[in-house]
Amino acid sequence: MEYTKPLPKPDVWSRPFWEHAKNGVLATQACVKCGHRFFPPGPVCPSCYSFELEWKPVSGKGKVVSWVVFHQLYYKGFADEIPYNVALVQLDEGPMMYTNIVGIPNEQISMNMPVEVVFEKATDEFTIPKFKPQAGG
Amino acid sequence: MDFLDPKSIRDKICIVGVGNTKYGNFPETDAYGLGAEALKNALDDAGLRLSDLDGLVVNRIPSYERFSEMIGLKNQRFGFQLPAAGRMSALSVMLAAAALLTGQASYVGLVYGNNGRSVRDYYGGGDSLWSPWGFTSPGARHAMMFRRHMHLYGTTSEQLAHVGVTFRKHASLNPNAVMQKPYTVEDHQNSRFICEPLRLLDYCLINDGGVALIMTTADRARHLKKPPVYIRAMARADTYTDTSFYTPLDDFWYDALQQVAREIYPAAGISRDEVNALMIYDNFSPTVLFSLEGMGFCPRGESGPFVADGNLGLDGRCPTNTSGGHLSESYMQGWALIVEAVRQLRGECGARQVKNCEVVQYICATPIATSIIFRR
Repeated sequence: MEYTKPLPKPDVWSRPFWEHAKNGVLATQACVKCGHRFFPPGPVCPSCYSFELEWKPVSGKGKVVSWVVFHQLYYKGFADEIPYNVALVQLDEGPMMYTNIVGIPNEQISMNMPVEVVFEKATDEFTIPKFKPQAGG
Repeated sequence: MDFLDPKSIRDKICIVGVGNTKYGNFPETDAYGLGAEALKNALDDAGLRLSDLDGLVVNRIPSYERFSEMIGLKNQRFGFQLPAAGRMSALSVMLAAAALLTGQASYVGLVYGNNGRSVRDYYGGGDSLWSPWGFTSPGARHAMMFRRHMHLYGTTSEQLAHVGVTFRKHASLNPNAVMQKPYTVEDHQNSRFICEPLRLLDYCLINDGGVALIMTTADRARHLKKPPVYIRAMARADTYTDTSFYTPLDDFWYDALQQVAREIYPAAGISRDEVNALMIYDNFSPTVLFSLEGMGFCPRGESGPFVADGNLGLDGRCPTNTSGGHLSESYMQGWALIVEAVRQLRGECGARQVKNCEVVQYICATPIATSIIFRR
């Protein structure tokens, strides 16, 4: 079946994120100089302005720090999933990202819920990292 | 670093004319047409002619060049065009004030034109870093923040409802408001979710309309048609940390607004208790809560009970958005709120007039936090 949700539009900074995701790895940039971890990606460390950056895997674990449920349709590809959730997840390493919580109904999402990454293949080119409740969490 | 003493600009710059159009669905015109109509009304209000203007600030109008050409503006020696974001209204006033204070212009027209309704602006969709997860729209960002506020402070959707209910009551006294029929907290609770936890009645009303202001220096203002409204003080603080998530987690622009509060009240020599009415940028109802907390009208985390206690009503402690604001009058991105501030200070607001209104404060909680204190 054709994938109809919006696909990533990688730019020069986010391309490595999507390449890692395609290989089943969740990664963010880390500053070589001060160790700061950050997301979304960029050209310099927003903590110390160093240009010495590397992409490093994260544990893939984090917690839900907020979430919303879309009842209004903005993307045709999400029509079958309305109402769908988007959560703000804070990774154990610190950075935050918006994502979808999968595997449970929207009503069961809760504040500080421990979650872990899962990878959903969208196309041959792109895999979208999403999160599910941690086993035993 | 040395800054100009903000007290030194007290009452030096005035708004001397205000104008607006009707708000609604006007496919027969556009942002240029609406802006031109509003500017004409503002000039008439001030008793000035187009030829008196030597400065022009346009906001959301696609081209400043085309606008000046269209209206036939000559002798222009100052001008800027600001992008469509709502946070630009107070910035436009600050920019014009700076130009007037430094002699770059004598009379500045500020013109806003918006045809978002007839061109069906949805404020959502499109590609972004977050679109693969279906995350989009300013409303969703505020919903995300409000959920966090609910968690941290126990704020409820019922408390939030009082913001919209109060503003609608005010709008019922404003013949130019798009929505004038009062509703109840229960009606709010029964309105559909757009992005849960926010409902339809937590969202502003996108409409077509134009708004304009005429600004000049106090010495020039004294000789004009209407009594001047003075800019007593202005302050701004920006927050771009975690702006990809709109605010740092649990910040709600509090730190920036606190900084604005620390600057603006001493600059004005006016305390919070002396403010007779508030005009708060209400793109979504939670923004009003964040503004009240950040500016110190209630303790941090207590804005829910504060609004539910009726403090924002015409007879409350802080009459707020007496026109109905963006939630009920029309989403004119702060501009119509500034016009309402001027009209309140002139005593032109009829049934919704705040008694003995001498000081009005405009507050905008966005990545650019701004505030302006106006006095008559």
